[in-house]
Formats: sequence, C-alpha cells, structure tokens
Amino acid sequence: MGTAIQAPARDHRFVPAPGGWLTRLFDYKPFLVFLCLLPTVGLLTVFLTYPLGLGIWLSMTDSTIGQAGDFIGLENFQDLWDDPVFWMSVTNTIFYTTVATAGKFALGLWLALLLNNNIPFKAFLRAIVLLPWIVPTVLSAIAWWWIYSPQFSIVSYLLVDVLHLSDRYFDFLGTPWAARCSLIVANVWRGIPFVAITLLAGLQTISPSLYEAALLDGATGWQRFRRITVPLLLPILSVALTLSVLFTFSDFQLVYAITRGGPFNTTHLMATLAFQRAIPGAQLGEGAAIAVSMIPFLIVATLLCFFGVGRRKWQQGEAND
Amino acid sequence: MTDTVVSNTPAEAASIPGSDAPERMSWDSGLRRFVTIYLPLALFVIVLLFPFYWMAITAIKPDYEMYDYKKYNPFWVHSPTLHNIRVLLFETNYPRWLMITMGIAVASTFLSVASSVLAAYAIERLRFRGAQHVGLAIYLAYLVPPTILFIPLATLVFQFGLFDSPIALVLTYPTFLIPFCTWLLIGYFKSIPYELEECALIDGASRLQILRRITLPLAVPGLISAGIFAFTLSWNEFIYALAFIQSTEKKTVPVAILTELVTGDVYQWGSLMAGSLLGSVPVALIYSFFVEYYVSSMTGAVKE
Repeated sequence: MGTAIQAPARDHRFVPAPGGWLTRLFDYKPFLVFLCLLPTVGLLTVFLTYPLGLGIWLSMTDSTIGQAGDFIGLENFQDLWDDPVFWMSVTNTIFYTTVATAGKFALGLWLALLLNNNIPFKAFLRAIVLLPWIVPTVLSAIAWWWIYSPQFSIVSYLLVDVLHLSDRYFDFLGTPWAARCSLIVANVWRGIPFVAITLLAGLQTISPSLYEAALLDGATGWQRFRRITVPLLLPILSVALTLSVLFTFSDFQLVYAITRGGPFNTTHLMATLAFQRAIPGAQLGEGAAIAVSMIPFLIVATLLCFFGVGRRKWQQGEAND
Repeated sequence: MTDTVVSNTPAEAASIPGSDAPERMSWDSGLRRFVTIYLPLALFVIVLLFPFYWMAITAIKPDYEMYDYKKYNPFWVHSPTLHNIRVLLFETNYPRWLMITMGIAVASTFLSVASSVLAAYAIERLRFRGAQHVGLAIYLAYLVPPTILFIPLATLVFQFGLFDSPIALVLTYPTFLIPFCTWLLIGYFKSIPYELEECALIDGASRLQILRRITLPLAVPGLISAGIFAFTLSWNEFIYALAFIQSTEKKTVPVAILTELVTGDVYQWGSLMAGSLLGSVPVALIYSFFVEYYVSSMTGAVKE
C-alpha cells in the first residue's frame, strides 16, 4: 500500500494516508480485525468446527460413501456397545496410551537430565536426538515393520545368532500381545525426542542457585530432584503430557503402517477401527460413531493431565508472560 | 555464594544446573561419570538412530545380502548397489509422488502462514475486545485430532467435488497448521516492542503499513519457524491423504509407499526402505538447516 507515492529519500518516514475512502476503511479497526481474522476463522469454521458437528450428526445416520443416510438415532452406538471388536479397540487404545506415555515420559525425562549435563557436542546431540520426531511417522514405521519382520528381524538376529539369548526368532507381530508391545515400543521410540527436548528446555530455566542452596542445606541428589527439579518442571510437563496423551490416544499412522489392526483385529486402536469401518468398509455412519466415542475419552484425558498435573488455569500462559 | 551466581553468564548458568558443579570436584571420578552419563547417553543415541541406519543400509543392499544373515553380516553392506533406488525412481511413480507432496506441502504452508500472521497480528496487536477468547478458541482447535475429523471431512470434500484432488489436502491441512502457527506467532509478536508501532502510528503510518514495514520484517525468524514447522507437518500428514486421494498418480509419498509399494505377499524391502529414506530426505534437510528454529519454536510453543 502506498509504495508508489513514496519518495526514496524519505524512506524512513511514512507518507500520510492519502485519504481515500479505501484507506480510511483499512484504518478502521473493526474492519481491519474482521479482515485479519477472516481467513483463519473462515478456514477453521468450514474445515474444523463444521466437520466436528457434522461428525456427530453422521454418527447418528446410516450414511455410506457418496450417499447421505437417514437419521437412525443411537443405533450405531447400540451396535458398537455389542461389538467385541469395538471394545477391544477401546481397551487397546487405553492400554497403548497409558503404557506408551509412561514409557515416553520416563525415558524422555532421563534423556533430558542426561543432556542437561555438561557434555561435549551437546548441540549436535540435541539435534540428532530429535530425528525420530522429525521424520514422517509412516516412513519410520515402515522401518520398524522391517525390524519386526518375522524372518529377517535384525533384533531377533542380534538376540539369537549373536548373543544366543534365545533359540528361535521372535514373532513380533504374529500374536496379539507381542504385536501390542511392539507397537508401543515403536511409539515410545518416536515420542522420546519430543518429551526430552521439551523437558530439557524446562530444565534449563531452573536457576542453578537453587541447587547450590539445597546442597548447602545438605540435600541428597534424590531430594534435590524431588523437591526442586520436579516441582519447577511441572508446568511444562503438564503441557507436554497433555499434548502427548492427546496425540497418542488419537494415533493412527503407526498402527495402520505396522499391523493394520491385525492379527485378527486385535491391535486396532479406535482411530484405525473408525478408518477401517468408514473408508474401506464404506460405513461412514458407523465409523463416525467410533470417532465420536473418542471425544469423551479425549476430554477426560486432557482435563486430567492439564489440571491434575499442572493445576493451572487454561489461560495462564496466554495472559501473563 | 551470590558472587559465583552473578559471575555466571546466562549461557554458562543454563548449562550447569543438574550437573552439581561443587559436588563433582569432591567425588565424581571419570568412571562414575562414564557409567551415569555417557553410557546411557550412548545407548539412547544408538537406539534412537538405529532404525535410520537400518533403513539406509537396507536401501543400498543387494537382495542376496539382504536375506542371508549367515553369509553376510547384516550390519554392514558388502557390495552396495543403487538398484533399489533406480527401481524406485524409474519404474514407479515415485518422482511424481515427491512433486505432488512438495506442491501440497508448499501450498498449504503458504496458506496457513499467511492466515496465521494476520490472525496473530489481530489478536496480539490490534487489541480488540474478545481477542483473548479468539486466541483461546484457536488454541483449542489445535487439540482436535485429525482422526476424529477425517470422516466428516471426507463427506465434505465429496460434496465440494474435491475428492481425489490435491486441493482437498491444501484446504484441509490448515486445520491443524493454522492453530499451531498462530500460537507460535502470537508468542513471537509479543516479543516485539509495541513502542515501535506506536512511533509509526504517530508518524502517520496506516495499520497495514505498520504490519508490512515494521512488524513483519521483525517477525521474520518467527515466520521461518512457523513455515518450516508447517511444511514438516504437512509433509508428514497421513490420514487425510489416505482418505481423500484415490488415484495412484496423485498420492503423497507416505501414503504411496504404504499403498503402492506394498504389493502382494512378498515385500520389496529394498525399495520400501529406499522410498522411506528418500521421503525423509526433504524434511531432514530442512531440519538440518534450521535446527535452532525447530528447537526454539517447539519448546516456545509448549511453554506459551
């Protein structure tokens, strides 16, 4: 705006607005606010808020792909209630989220504490440690799939042929529990960097004088960790935990890439089951019902993590810093 | 006591906590430090990086080595070959998938960053009533996972006649990119002194002039962060691309590898690994150039 009429010599100053109605319109604050928010609010309304409502509506219809269905009330949910595969997906999802999150945070915190030491090549280490988180999940999941291969697994080779710890190759993805655990290991592997780097940032904001004071008071290493590190890490921990639980609970890629819900639908998460019923199975209504059943779990998990661990208000970070 | 703290520069101070500087002098022998720090750290690095090494080494192995662990040590490649990569580039649609993915990622990144800049500017700088609430709403939008949206979005995309079109992805990716970028940029705009804008206002600049000539140039690092993050996230996106795209030649790399390269019962592990490796290269490259932006924006966004 207005570059054409601007003399180069006066570049550091602004030419007063020419005074046309258009210019005045652009200086009219409510209009400007409207204009600035329009793309974001427009896109989010059409492609996020509306689909959220539409999903709830779809879950109460018998829609199929390409054909809008009729309203059938809660029939989809009643069907799901009697569906053992659905219940297995629910327990799988809860198990997967709980164990994977615990693993990610335990190992991530450990890695953060290690990286917080005075070590050579710290910046470089921090950079390469983030790689699992950067690389597209599906692509690293394919690498895990290959690592879990029943005949050519490198882990089996290492344990059987090199270390002689076992006498036969593992069937990582062949039985339900082995497959669930293999998926959790892959998910933890992918989640550690995010937790570690986030917590490392939190650790670096803790003032060293606190540790020195505690040391003078005769606190042991565990006491310093328990009484200084943990409480001061809690705010950032609660945010990281909330995000991690949310995205682990709604995970899709890893399971779809490694097992596709197999063997015999025993490793389905709610998200993969919803996909399987809705897109390849063409039962949009039923898929939507599964997706909608995730919402209460997500809300409870989010509130638990955020208020339970952090005990802070939603807006605290936004309002004052 | 205070003297030692004061004399520490912030950088030094940041690197010391947890390392127990005074204590180390008294008892921390080299061995203990090795066992408690370097050994676990080395294990972490090996475990975190091994899948990539395994991916890379499989991609350049000839088939006879890949499936014969008795004769050839699987951790090394004896006669590296480009066969798998050649098959991928010349006998599949891989280059096309790369181009499509790149196009979608660039377009949705551009769309998201442009909308987010305006939104973040309005929320943080125009100071209208209810700005806090709009900010909170956008933050909440970030918490809605794509896995509960893809089914209704599929019907929406179908109604718009965008099914099987990359435009569907360009329009739907911003649903998870915009909240993140806006959040990031609000934080960034906060760090730019408001006085600069007030001066320009006094000099008679219009709001748009201020945004274009003062705020945006100062926010360039924030824009880069938002841009590379949005690019990576759209490159990694999977479920929308899987649900909305059907034709082989319009698929994105992650979807295409899983649905087009995995055929029949015998998996072509060499090509699969080569495909995964090449598909990771663009994000890894961008990442290696902008590591600091990544770390700061990731932690910044969480702290916000």
